[in-house]
Amino acid sequence: MAANAEKIKVLICTGTGGLASGARAVADAFEEEFAKQGVEAKVGKRCEVVGTGCRGLCANDVLVDIVVPGQDPVTYDFVTPELVPQIVGEHVLANEPVAKKVAGPYYAKFLEKQMRVIFSRCGTIDAESIEDFIAHKGFTGIQKAVTMTPDQVIDEVKRSGLRGRGGGGFPTGVKWSFCKASPGETKYLICNADEGDPGAFMDRSVLEGDPYGLIEGMMIGAYAIGCKFGYVYVRAEYPLAIKRLQKAIDTCYERGILGKDCMGLGFAFDMRIKAGAGAFVCGEETALMASIEGQRGMSRPRPPFPAVRGLWGYPTNINNVETFANVSYIFYNGADWYASIGTEGTKGTKIFALTGKVKHTGLVEVPAGTTMREVIFDVCGGILNNRKFKAVQAGGPSGGCLPAEALDAQVDYDSLIKAGAMMGSGGLVVMDETTCMVDIARFFLNFTRVESCGKCIPCRIGLKIMLEILERITRGEGREGDIEMLENMAYDIKKSSLCGLGQTAPNPVLSTIRYFRHEYEAHIKEKRCPSNSCKELLKFEVVENACKKCGLCFKICPVDAITWEKGGVAIIDKDKCTKCTSCYDACRFMAIE
Amino acid sequence: MSNTAEIVQEEEIDLTAANAIIDKYIDMKGALMPVLQEIQEAYGYVPEPTVHLVADRLNVYSSQIYGVLTFYAQFHLEPRGKYIVRVCMGTACHVKGAGRIGDTLKDRLGIGHAETTPDLKFTAEFVACIGACGMAPVIMVNDATYGSMSVQKMDEVIKKYQGME
Repeated sequence: MAANAEKIKVLICTGTGGLASGARAVADAFEEEFAKQGVEAKVGKRCEVVGTGCRGLCANDVLVDIVVPGQDPVTYDFVTPELVPQIVGEHVLANEPVAKKVAGPYYAKFLEKQMRVIFSRCGTIDAESIEDFIAHKGFTGIQKAVTMTPDQVIDEVKRSGLRGRGGGGFPTGVKWSFCKASPGETKYLICNADEGDPGAFMDRSVLEGDPYGLIEGMMIGAYAIGCKFGYVYVRAEYPLAIKRLQKAIDTCYERGILGKDCMGLGFAFDMRIKAGAGAFVCGEETALMASIEGQRGMSRPRPPFPAVRGLWGYPTNINNVETFANVSYIFYNGADWYASIGTEGTKGTKIFALTGKVKHTGLVEVPAGTTMREVIFDVCGGILNNRKFKAVQAGGPSGGCLPAEALDAQVDYDSLIKAGAMMGSGGLVVMDETTCMVDIARFFLNFTRVESCGKCIPCRIGLKIMLEILERITRGEGREGDIEMLENMAYDIKKSSLCGLGQTAPNPVLSTIRYFRHEYEAHIKEKRCPSNSCKELLKFEVVENACKKCGLCFKICPVDAITWEKGGVAIIDKDKCTKCTSCYDACRFMAIE
Repeated sequence: MSNTAEIVQEEEIDLTAANAIIDKYIDMKGALMPVLQEIQEAYGYVPEPTVHLVADRLNVYSSQIYGVLTFYAQFHLEPRGKYIVRVCMGTACHVKGAGRIGDTLKDRLGIGHAETTPDLKFTAEFVACIGACGMAPVIMVNDATYGSMSVQKMDEVIKKYQGME
């Protein structure tokens, strides 16, 4: 910062979410306005526009911070190019923040319970600038690590209590020591950035907002284990992340940070990006290695574990993006500092991606041990449209749905598994009373069935049969005994599948049966969907007693099938209706059945 | 496969680009996927003649290459539309009504997942999470992302692209 203290900074969120909301146009508008106003002449300082990574509140993009030296930064939300002249005129030139456009009190609340460690650089530094990174402790972790022996580095990681952030929760230091203990000169280090879980995007934000931080974490790992070559396996669906990471790697090579003698510290490390090609199963480590080798991404049985025989038959160590990002912070601040955050079994912070029917969707970083309730209601402002909370899906397709009773569960590995979900990658999808649990189970099973690699029979055929049963139930053709059949199959598939995909795929079904059995029963016995969401079971009729005559359904209907007059009950014309279900979402009173 | 326009498989294609791509990776371990990815980028899909070329020059069986091509969702063996409409079917989008967005697309353009309109203008893809869950439901048309979609908005987007050349 010191070098830039003279400048007024305009920080614009240019993560994928920000860009999709039009961050590029906002940045251009600022540049244009500065040129037009001749800001330099008037303020006598240089203003700069900085494109940062995501700062987590994607729902209210485009977020812009104006940082005037010596004052607190001011955040504006929902910025559009039209607003820019006003912000520049009043705030930058006249030093009067545009009170009406400043992000409301919710923004302070959104940040209040969070503890931003891994995200401390995302959204404050220029994601593509190595100078910015170095000014924020960058590369001090690796410099500290090389003053120790590799064994001491691994001990430091062990002492910190860091566990794998990919979701499994295996102690990272122990994993490293396995790979280090394997004989041989050639060893590989892989960073798993194949973030395939629908509803999780924290790895992408780290890659887009702090690519150098990942490189540093990998360098520390490579030094400790003795790897000379590293791969980052990134999903093909993340073009911006690939672009920024590639740029960061190129810059590191230019400056001698990577290569034959890293930063002159006396060890060699090369790294390369490997772009995936759209297969969820490639997030499983053995399938991922097959994919790097240029084969179909199919899992193989373990043992031998990758630490013994991995990529091209050599010992390989695989960690998730967030795990490597944690490593650099352990070396900035020490293992004791890291171990002081979190709960007994889970140390440090965890990033969650909050999506679904919650007011402020986005990325949230909290110390492990925070409760679900705090995350959903305090940080993210509660449920959209003031509807009732029904469930939260934790851990993606391999996790489970937790009901309101479990909201006070702490977010750490062990408590979540006890509750019937798992930490997984950290996606939390919030659902309200209009979400049907049977349909959610069907949705996840459909996803895992499509993404199954097909190598082992329980997963390939078992999931298909389970899916057929669920589809039948949502169509209103459920039969007595279906629930028991689903439960039996789920246990068999969990026990007999080859890899993590099949072993965890039935979890959403089991957890929804465990907590929402009554919904299954309503579908099977009464042929109705309590949440009014399964299309085949809907009547498309307005319930007169429940209708509050507000006219929202009338406004949303794309084919004008609803007649409504002020103060009257809405009526749906079934001949015109195309059954698009827009009105169900619009109605806040569950008055359409 | 899809019910798209007849594709003449005896197509004459210029293999210069494919050869240049193979030259770049010929000495690399695990070169097959990056080669196929770049060929797809250059040609828009992976034409059959390039498969045989890669098989010859990288010394792998064509069957192995087809194994890889059909395993990964990203590879396409037929020409695709000018505008690729990706409808996100991730969890967050699903909960917020991605189903009806997909239905609208089917209804207006008559194409489902991985299908292309006969005039090669649109290709539809129903994809798992594109990672913009904060603005669900989301669609992408080529590189442009459209968030918070509704049936009406979907209609507008389709009309906009239909009006373009």
